[in-house]
Amino acid sequence: MDKSIKEIHEALINGEVTSDELVKEALRKSHEVEDKYNAFVTILDEAEAKEVNSSFVSGIPFGVKDNYSTKDVLSTGSSNTLKNYVPFYTATVVQKLLDAGAIMVNKTALDEFGMGGSGTTCHTGPVLNPWDKTRMCAGSSAGSACAVASGVYPFALGSDTGDSIRKPAAYCGIVGYKPTYGMLSRYGLFPFASSLDHCGVLTRSVLDAAIVTDIMKGKDVHDMTSWDSSNIHLQEALTGNVEGKKLFYIKEICDINNYPNASDTLKEHLNNFFKTLDLLKTKKAVVQEVSVDVKLLKAIASVYVVISCAEATSNMSNLTGIIFGPRSNKKDVFEMMKEHRTLGFSPLIKRRFVIGSYVLQKENQERYFKNAQRVRRLIVDKMKELFKEYDALILPVASGPAKKLDEDKDVIDANTNVLEEHLQIGNFGGFPSITIPNGFINSLPVGINITGNCYDDENVLNIAYTLEGLMPYKGQIAKERER
Amino acid sequence: MKKQIAVIGLEMHCEMKSNSKVFSPAKNAYSEIPNTNIAPLDMAFPGTLPVVNKECVRKALMMSIALNCKQPRYLVFDRKNYYYPDLPKGYQITQMNNPIGVDGKIDIEVNDKILPVYIHDIHLEEDSASLDHFFTTSNIDYNRSGVPLLELVTEPCFHSADEAIAFLEHIIRIYRYCDISDADTKKGQIRCDVNVSIKDEDTHELGTKVEVKNVNSLSGVRDTILYEIKRQTELKEAGKYDEVEQETRRWDEDSSSTIRMRSKVDAIDYKYFVEPNIPKWKITDEWLEEIKASIPRLHLERKLDYINNYGLSSYDAENLVKEKDISDYFEECLRLGLDAKSAVNWITTQIMGYLNKNSISIHDFYLTPKRLKDLIDATNKGLISSKQAKEIFEKVIVEKKEIKDYISKDNAQISNSLELTKIIEEILANNPSQIEEYKNGRTNIFDYFVGQVMKQTRGKANPVMTKEILTEKLK
Repeated sequence: MDKSIKEIHEALINGEVTSDELVKEALRKSHEVEDKYNAFVTILDEAEAKEVNSSFVSGIPFGVKDNYSTKDVLSTGSSNTLKNYVPFYTATVVQKLLDAGAIMVNKTALDEFGMGGSGTTCHTGPVLNPWDKTRMCAGSSAGSACAVASGVYPFALGSDTGDSIRKPAAYCGIVGYKPTYGMLSRYGLFPFASSLDHCGVLTRSVLDAAIVTDIMKGKDVHDMTSWDSSNIHLQEALTGNVEGKKLFYIKEICDINNYPNASDTLKEHLNNFFKTLDLLKTKKAVVQEVSVDVKLLKAIASVYVVISCAEATSNMSNLTGIIFGPRSNKKDVFEMMKEHRTLGFSPLIKRRFVIGSYVLQKENQERYFKNAQRVRRLIVDKMKELFKEYDALILPVASGPAKKLDEDKDVIDANTNVLEEHLQIGNFGGFPSITIPNGFINSLPVGINITGNCYDDENVLNIAYTLEGLMPYKGQIAKERER
Repeated sequence: MKKQIAVIGLEMHCEMKSNSKVFSPAKNAYSEIPNTNIAPLDMAFPGTLPVVNKECVRKALMMSIALNCKQPRYLVFDRKNYYYPDLPKGYQITQMNNPIGVDGKIDIEVNDKILPVYIHDIHLEEDSASLDHFFTTSNIDYNRSGVPLLELVTEPCFHSADEAIAFLEHIIRIYRYCDISDADTKKGQIRCDVNVSIKDEDTHELGTKVEVKNVNSLSGVRDTILYEIKRQTELKEAGKYDEVEQETRRWDEDSSSTIRMRSKVDAIDYKYFVEPNIPKWKITDEWLEEIKASIPRLHLERKLDYINNYGLSSYDAENLVKEKDISDYFEECLRLGLDAKSAVNWITTQIMGYLNKNSISIHDFYLTPKRLKDLIDATNKGLISSKQAKEIFEKVIVEKKEIKDYISKDNAQISNSLELTKIIEEILANNPSQIEEYKNGRTNIFDYFVGQVMKQTRGKANPVMTKEILTEKLK
């Protein structure tokens, strides 16, 4: 289970291992990882082996973030409001993997409904980082990242509204990919902020991300924002040739001079970033520095908060406990709803709902919500303008490796704000975006991100694939560091 | 006190006809059994997404065009956010900023006069679930959740209950003519919010507007308007007009009065924003043209046409256009060359009487316009008497034959005077002695001659003509 999908597939075909053995191993590891890092909401002990066929994922176990609807399997969104919710339909992307013969062995923990970046606000408690238990995995796809990094299986589904796949991937030393908005159907993904929500996958190699996405993608009659991607073939696009490709990084984010009180960690992180760029240049790719108005960059976090909270407060209005979720015993129906929500949601979510309601109010909407949408448009337009000239944007993920569990992620450090939040650009524009590991700082993994223009997933993945091949981190399994 | 003028505006909700619901694949049909026509979206199960029913959009655009509204370039939906147990998602998908039609105008007929009505907008949205309240519990039926709904909002341009009712009847007829909705008030398919205020006759300044919600029948709308005008006028007369508050009330059938729900001050902020799960959808000119071409000629135009160009009475014309199928039947008769007046006589008496008595639709009616024409033609040619025509009418429907089967040579009347004259002359030539007796005063011999003619023709001779010819020949 610590091998790549293709290696496991070949082993299955050659009879070196059976699907049944893989399922047993994945379940055994699931319990181990659950005990150590608290990564799961549900472990499906009754999961059964499947027939191996021509599909690479057939007979292979995988994990699903618990905000995907899975028929007959508890799906909580890591929230008390749905702690007993067993859906009767399966999300499109999960169904496609099941149809291809993959075996779902667990449902992974997340920040409640994906609203959080630490992996610590799950109703089952915080998910610990498999490289260092005193640190967070980042979120919200914390359980999926933790499990893949720990070698429970080669891939798990995540979802990404701000950076919820790509940041945990970096903190856990693995690959996290969210394709262009609409390439993967969102039908069955519990919504956080519909215009920003993406499905995606966490793996230990770019090729694995391509394999899994090739299976999941496609137009879905249940999701009007999905589109026909039948002319996109991600695996075939991984040639390892990036000659003449032009990439840019943003000076206002990457230049150490932007951070007067930079910590040694930050210095090392950025230094490592530039070393990685040098590797790419050896493959005859062009990497250039581009300056972007710092005002736009500094607005990213606020734009994200306003839009995501606004959509979230509406999207989660269905959680009243009347139809599903624990129902209150109050006599009055409004009291019922109130109690369900008061007891069900964590304080962090409630705070976001208040913000969301506030910015949508008639008297505030123009000033906050509409303006946030306008700034979102400005940021996306700026990126699209740059993507005319460049093939992709390349940036370091976050300000370093995984943070300590007690470092509250919701408190934004003004200094490194832009470094921490820039991945949200990918959600604003629906851009394809992938994080891969690019080294270690104090024995903790760090990541680098590549983002391209919409529908240019093949190109983005090929650049990531090429770069991955130049570094020794592909397929790495987390080892708890000596402390 | 100065004379008071009522100012009335209507918000009319109409459930549309379609195979599936407006955003979900569940069946759009009325069912007595609760929660049978539902899909996961209709109960807002987490992760479900709306998918727009194109047929509903087409019909909504059709109505927008029929009301002479402006159509938007793009189809956009908005979320209207509020908590209520009949609203499973916690928001309704509707159209706030870019409705399917705005700024329309349509002429209606009120007491034989034409009144222009101004349409503020018409928008496409989804219906809520329905609630049944009992003593200590309430039941929720999600069958209605997601049923396509068109909401039509007029400008405050009515001044009486008559005008408002005439408008609603007019619109209901358009919905039926265009097959957009059955618009059946008995099934709750039409629901209205009524806005009423009063003002002095000589001012343009509007009075305080009172909104009465969820009035579910035409008589309810009438009663509401009359009640509110009376209530507001009496308060004004008593010098207590400040007690008329800008507020929301509801019509209470039991007490035949309106009851206060909430003040406008407590109005809900619906926090509208664009529905992000439905991408902007271009409405092409070609599509609009196509839809426009599919709109049938509407009832008022037909009625005026029948009166002005076919000389029908207003009463007859109105009877014909009440239902599009009847009107279509009539127009088919005209196309076949039938005289308008004979057609309308047959349709409004014999045919509609038969349809009503047997509760069948004119669609399933055996006597097609072509057969009606055969029947009327035969009568006009004197092949059958009008009494026989009525008998044949009943027979042909039961026996499912053609009109000509009843006017075969054997049983058709002989009304040809030449033929009859020939027969009569033969008979007279063979009975010289009887002629003699007749001429000598035995006038009852006349009946003998008639009897002979009938015998010869096996009773098919036209009796009137036979008598006429005989009288002439015996002079």
